[in-house]
Amino acid sequence: MSTTIKYEPRELKVVGTRPIRHDGVDKVTGRARYGADFDLPGQLIGKVLRSPHAHARIRSIDVSAALALPGVKAVVTRDDFAEMPEEYAAAGEIVVNFYDVTRNVMAREKALYDGHAVAAVAATSEAIAKQALKLIKVDYEVLPHVIDVLEAMKPDAPVLHEHQYTQLVTPKPDKPSNVAKRLEFKRGDVEAGFRQADLVVEREFNTKPVHQGYIEPQACLASYSEDGQADLWTSTQGHFVFRAQCAKLLQMEVSKIRVMPTEIGGGFGGKNTVYCEPVAIALSRKAHRPVKIVMTRDEVFRATGPTSGANVRVKMGCTRDGRIIAAEAVLNYQAGAFAGSSVSPASMSAFTRYDVDHVHVVAHDVTVNRPKVAAYRAPGAPIVAFGVESVIDEMAKKLGIDPIDFRLKNAAREGTQSYYGPKLGSIGFIETLQAAKAHPNYRVPLGPNQGRGVATGFWFNAGNETSCALNINEDGTVSLVLGVVDVAGGLRTALAMIVAEELGIDVDKVRPSHSDTTELGFNFVTAGSRGTFAGGMACVVAARDAIEKLRQRAAKIREVPVDAVEWKDGRAQPIQGSAHRFAPMTLAEIAKVAGKTGGTIAGHAEINAQGAGPGFATQIVDVEVDRETGLVKVLRYTIAQDVGKAIHPAYVEGQLQGGVVQGIGWALNEEYVYGKDGRLQNPGFLDYRVPVASDVPFVDAVIVEVPNPNHPYGVRGCGEVSIIAPMAAIANAVESAIGIRICEQPLSPPRVLAAIEEAAATRKA
Amino acid sequence: MTRHHVSATVNGDAVEFLCETQQTLLDVLRNELRLTGTKEGCATGDCGACSVTVDGRLVCSCLMLGVEAEGKSIRTIEGMAQGENLHVLQRKFLEHAALQCGVCTPGFLMSARSLLENNPNPTESEVRYGLAGNLCRCTGYHKIVEAVLDAAREMRGA
Repeated sequence: MSTTIKYEPRELKVVGTRPIRHDGVDKVTGRARYGADFDLPGQLIGKVLRSPHAHARIRSIDVSAALALPGVKAVVTRDDFAEMPEEYAAAGEIVVNFYDVTRNVMAREKALYDGHAVAAVAATSEAIAKQALKLIKVDYEVLPHVIDVLEAMKPDAPVLHEHQYTQLVTPKPDKPSNVAKRLEFKRGDVEAGFRQADLVVEREFNTKPVHQGYIEPQACLASYSEDGQADLWTSTQGHFVFRAQCAKLLQMEVSKIRVMPTEIGGGFGGKNTVYCEPVAIALSRKAHRPVKIVMTRDEVFRATGPTSGANVRVKMGCTRDGRIIAAEAVLNYQAGAFAGSSVSPASMSAFTRYDVDHVHVVAHDVTVNRPKVAAYRAPGAPIVAFGVESVIDEMAKKLGIDPIDFRLKNAAREGTQSYYGPKLGSIGFIETLQAAKAHPNYRVPLGPNQGRGVATGFWFNAGNETSCALNINEDGTVSLVLGVVDVAGGLRTALAMIVAEELGIDVDKVRPSHSDTTELGFNFVTAGSRGTFAGGMACVVAARDAIEKLRQRAAKIREVPVDAVEWKDGRAQPIQGSAHRFAPMTLAEIAKVAGKTGGTIAGHAEINAQGAGPGFATQIVDVEVDRETGLVKVLRYTIAQDVGKAIHPAYVEGQLQGGVVQGIGWALNEEYVYGKDGRLQNPGFLDYRVPVASDVPFVDAVIVEVPNPNHPYGVRGCGEVSIIAPMAAIANAVESAIGIRICEQPLSPPRVLAAIEEAAATRKA
Repeated sequence: MTRHHVSATVNGDAVEFLCETQQTLLDVLRNELRLTGTKEGCATGDCGACSVTVDGRLVCSCLMLGVEAEGKSIRTIEGMAQGENLHVLQRKFLEHAALQCGVCTPGFLMSARSLLENNPNPTESEVRYGLAGNLCRCTGYHKIVEAVLDAAREMRGA
């Protein structure tokens, strides 16, 4: 059973305005409390010992010296975590397997990457905890490692998991492999399609893993009491999912764990799954004291999920007039140490922007000796879009067709059959292309060494389990208790606006707050751009539940049938055409006497929201390339994105601008750099360089609103689409600027300079 | 371990604290003085989330020792608003939607105030370079730069 509410066009008073966000003042005054800002009396500090090896068998762990150090209250290792069955659970767009999660939380047979947790201590101070880590003796048998995805796929590569046989191939392979899974999607006959094509372009692309780069490192505080109950404060995108994971890993009943979500200092998919939380609870259970664990930035880079680096081959064929006939892609994605990269959504998003008769996609999920990847904003899609949109750019240039016109000729629209399953419903891709084409930035004249690039992105968006409660207070204000985490984008304000719109009251009369896990039923993580879509639908359901009760109370007070009462402009009033006349009652008036008419009034929603509307964006970027240094400077940037309906346009613009700049970092600078020893060489913000303010221009955000037919306000979700196109758009712009198509990213100065010098050498030869 | 006795001024108030030699000013602010508005994003001076001013000079509090605060005047985010009156920059950050997760916001506000104290009429480029020591992963900087330019205008009375 799922919930969908059809789009209801109407005049809006609150939705579409730009109120100050409810969490704003706390965030500009330093009051807002994040994961590391919570403390309990008697708490201990937990620290984690991490493997210095990329791949090593753990022969033994001796913790006796650490335990003997004064001030050390507990040590945990693999012995403190139970073996887990192969059991899968959703955690955002990426599915987790508990057999692997327990091994990622604490290494068992082997350490599988530099930074893999091997043991943890809780001590009375951080200094003592650090000292204790040095006293733990781990006997490692160092094994050959593999970092590169193509190397890992070779038959003679070091194998990470002796029990891992490639899934979804027949016959079943007879030896283990780092290729965890092979996926395939087919529509039509690509070979026949390529034969019909006038132009075929094929290119191979390589990208590096990048980290979500949230500014707040993971942090949590756990308190396990002697009656077997645990409290956990943590920075998370989904406290119910964290509760479920901790309960499973620690073999506790779900109700025994209460999770309080703190303010989250950025997540972007990286805080969908647990790392230190089960460790902190296990330490607290052993030490009989609260335990706080705050990761260092080094630990965040080495041990929490970046997104995949990948190898992607794309081949596309089109007619002379620019109609795409056939499209083929092979995706090889790094999963990190455990199976489960974002290659599956990446495969399904690869060509979905276009109406193509013949499609073939093959994808491999490949384990390598790197940290297990996590979701990162439209997981996997930017990488394959880099390939597909680069090939399209090349085809358009070869045929002398404007790149936006080329895409308009092929754009998916309502009714287009996707190659992965569904027919697309009402979508706004063409509208984003038209908006981009009409933007003045598309016509700004370019100077020497400057180039313009265009690319597009598509994302599914999601719904899923969501609940909320809306309590009408005795003075007519509303306390809105939310189960979806506001992962920073202003979700709680958007949802308060929807409630205000429904109830007909001012948005400052609604106070939204996060629940803990005891206050509401299960909510999925805030992922898949689902927060405003699913949370908004839940708020509509809850508000209408409350309105129904408000009407009943008003009918009771005014002694009229409930059918004679309608809710309009924040009050119960006679329904038009009704024979019953009575004085209208405001929400505050009804609330004031609620105690006498049946008790407090509340609205509830417990739904599984379905009908998420796919999102599309078209982006235009102008760059200038310094031919002496290889530096690519972004001059101007435009994004036109269909969001369905912008509830709070300023924060929707923020999603568009933020995603674009993360994409710029991915395209130009960010990468994990490993040494031959398999150790990460740049686990800090100095050497892993995310964009700073002086690296980027203003990002012109054009909000396109083609309503999602399956949401009462037309919301699609907007958080992820924006990051998909920048890699491709920037590559296309660099090609326009210097005439060289570089298929490796990031386009950092050394890589661009090398390409320029290579091209010059080729010309001379 | 011997702890040092340090006297300093924080947001106008005289404070005394004991700290170990290796404790950073950030650690002291957060864990000894319980001023958790100053954030740790990296502990290596690369992200700016821990920005405070010491005798008027903008510093990463993770790069300074607690003992070095002896006799100094420190300003943190907790001292930015005057009573119920938010600083112009705080108000402009709210009005321009210049924050999302907010964990970098205290650092940005400290840096922006320092920038405008030194340069009341900055260009867009000067704002961008002036704030280049602070990382924000949510906003793409667009609305932060707009907010700071707007605050500068208002503070100049323009």
